[in-house]
Amino acid sequence: MTSVASGVARKKKITPSAILIKASMVFIIAVAAYWLGLNLTNDPRQFAQVTVNGLNNGLLYALIALGYTLVYGIIELINFAHGDLFMLGAVFSFAVLTEFLGAEAPSATNYALLLLVLLLTMLFGAVVNVSIERLAYRRLRNAPALAPLITAVGMSFVLQWIGLKWIGSNPVNVNTVLPSTSFELAGVVIAFKTIIIFAITIPLLIVLAFIVNKTRRGRAMRATAQDKDASRLMGIDVNQTITFTFAIAGAAAGAAGIMWAQTTGTVAYNLGFQLGLIAFTAAVLGGVGNLYGAVLGGIIIGLIQSYNDGLAIGPGQRWSQTMVFTILILLMVYRPGGLLGETAQEKV
Amino acid sequence: MSNAAPAHTAVSSNRKWALGFTGVVLFFFVLNKFILPEAPRGIQTFFNNWFSLTSMAEIMIWILMALGLNIIVGYAGLLDLGYVAFWALGGYVAGWLMSPFFSSLQINIFGNARPGLEQGIHFHVFLVLILGGAFTAIWGIIIGGPTLRLKSDYLALVTLGFGEIIPQFMINGADIGGFNITNGSQGIGGLDDVNLFGYVIGTFALPEKFLMVSLMAGAMIFFSIRLRDGRLGRAWLAIREDELAASMMGVPLWRTKFSSYAIGAVGGGIGGVGFAILVGGVYADRFNFVISIIILAMVVLGGMGNVWGVVVGAVVLAWINSIGLVQVGDLINNSFGTNINFPSYQFLLFGLLLVLMMLFRREGFIPEARIRMVMNEEKLEDEDKVSDETKIASN
Repeated sequence: MTSVASGVARKKKITPSAILIKASMVFIIAVAAYWLGLNLTNDPRQFAQVTVNGLNNGLLYALIALGYTLVYGIIELINFAHGDLFMLGAVFSFAVLTEFLGAEAPSATNYALLLLVLLLTMLFGAVVNVSIERLAYRRLRNAPALAPLITAVGMSFVLQWIGLKWIGSNPVNVNTVLPSTSFELAGVVIAFKTIIIFAITIPLLIVLAFIVNKTRRGRAMRATAQDKDASRLMGIDVNQTITFTFAIAGAAAGAAGIMWAQTTGTVAYNLGFQLGLIAFTAAVLGGVGNLYGAVLGGIIIGLIQSYNDGLAIGPGQRWSQTMVFTILILLMVYRPGGLLGETAQEKV
Repeated sequence: MSNAAPAHTAVSSNRKWALGFTGVVLFFFVLNKFILPEAPRGIQTFFNNWFSLTSMAEIMIWILMALGLNIIVGYAGLLDLGYVAFWALGGYVAGWLMSPFFSSLQINIFGNARPGLEQGIHFHVFLVLILGGAFTAIWGIIIGGPTLRLKSDYLALVTLGFGEIIPQFMINGADIGGFNITNGSQGIGGLDDVNLFGYVIGTFALPEKFLMVSLMAGAMIFFSIRLRDGRLGRAWLAIREDELAASMMGVPLWRTKFSSYAIGAVGGGIGGVGFAILVGGVYADRFNFVISIIILAMVVLGGMGNVWGVVVGAVVLAWINSIGLVQVGDLINNSFGTNINFPSYQFLLFGLLLVLMMLFRREGFIPEARIRMVMNEEKLEDEDKVSDETKIASN
């Protein structure tokens, strides 16, 4: 973003600490590469299998990460409630598709219902997200940065409470509409669910990219992200544009929610917290504010988590969260701008 | 700036608050130690239901925590969403250094090991407090060091990450490369009794334990006030209000932020030690994100930066959390014949509290004069203000 009003590029000084940071970064990457290589040579088939699983989760993370990135890009707010919005989307889809419409097994009509409920859930996510923005964030737009952040944390709790009241404190099993069959490709088992996730998320991502890059609205969004006052002077309705951004972000979260509920077969009220953090890490990894970065980051995080949980030589599932957060922290140290983002804006 | 007069009133009001705090603590100590055991049954149940000493002692720990976080959030204006990590670290320092847990060792430095349980490490409680504070300060440096150069919302995320990693490490810590470091989710129990100059506070001596944690909370209040008025504290407040201006005035930004983070962490560590002594052990399951948010809510509710405001916020929220929701809920259910599960509204309560406070009373209920001005800054600005971006940059 353009927050560096005094945008004078600093001269790079080569200090011992900079060398140390670089060296340790190379070391960490080398260790990670060694670990992956070891596993690849140890059991190539398992490695490929774990990769497919990772891609599956990674695309879902990407959908959630998009919401973070869009909102951060436009109003520089880490929308803590976004993960819980995703959870509410999953719960909503469960309530409508599984409980209300009774679609609990694979069939042609149920596929149609799935698509219908996908749209409904996206609408639901958009409406919830827009109302949160309207009720809370908008009034705090000019407040010190701490205020909207704390508000977002509070909103996250409110949404979690709604989820808790909706489905109770225990995880609920969802009888999915998607077939549980799978096929084998060169020894790697690929579930049909994975194919369906690809078939739904990739077009969604393309549509999103089209909206942001090619449409008038998208141009307004990018302009608002760069400079609100200048956009206002150019005749852009800034409030409306921000509302639109929240709507898109909410819709993506809703889509991720229904896909999650259908592919993993469980929903829980505290789903959003963990996944929200993972997705945020993905957004930061890709470079917060950058759409393609969010997708890339989501896939990378999905892969890393999958490698961590699934590979024979590895820390194992109980360190899954630790792994993701360690990546987040290392990123902050080494590359706060993310992979595709601009270099970090140092504030101090 | 007409500083002299307000400073004077601030001191005298501090004195009043301090007297009140001491009075309340002594009241509860004397009440529970001497009066209640002799009192009629009805009075006993009333106090045990509404002001049980266990909860009162825990409230003191919450005060410690909230004041520690207040140094980070309230004084220096940095958002920490993983404060529970320091609570956990402090607790485990007490668990490691005051219990028979490391049974292969037998170290005793002025410790008070139980007879027959001499194995393990047994340090004197003062040593444990110092080491607990130092240990968390080091962790504060590790966490804050790399991130304090970044924008403050990134700091929030990294602290949140550590707030998740450290408790998970404690839960998984029963087998780190074959070593049992934290005993997993079973936790470390059977802490030594505190021995203060020959006076042993037994495991079930609640009034004495209450007095002990109250003393710790009192010390934290004292240090918080003194720190704020000192050179470092003024530097923190300056940074909180305007980083750019502060650095122009010669405040070293990074070092000052850093010290706020480390010192704030010490509060959490000491609170963690106190809590471990209070419950006689340390259990990993307790340390989760909700705790971090509750502590944050205490700071926000009371008024960021104002010590007494934060103390009141901590007392009110901790009381509501431990007793209030259940008791008031029972009262309402009984008198209106309803059947509402009040404790299940905890999330809604804390979430709405944070949102509504930020929307309508950002400075908290007992605000500090300066923060009230900063938090409502936008109202003071001219119409033709500079763009939002420059403002964000200057925050």
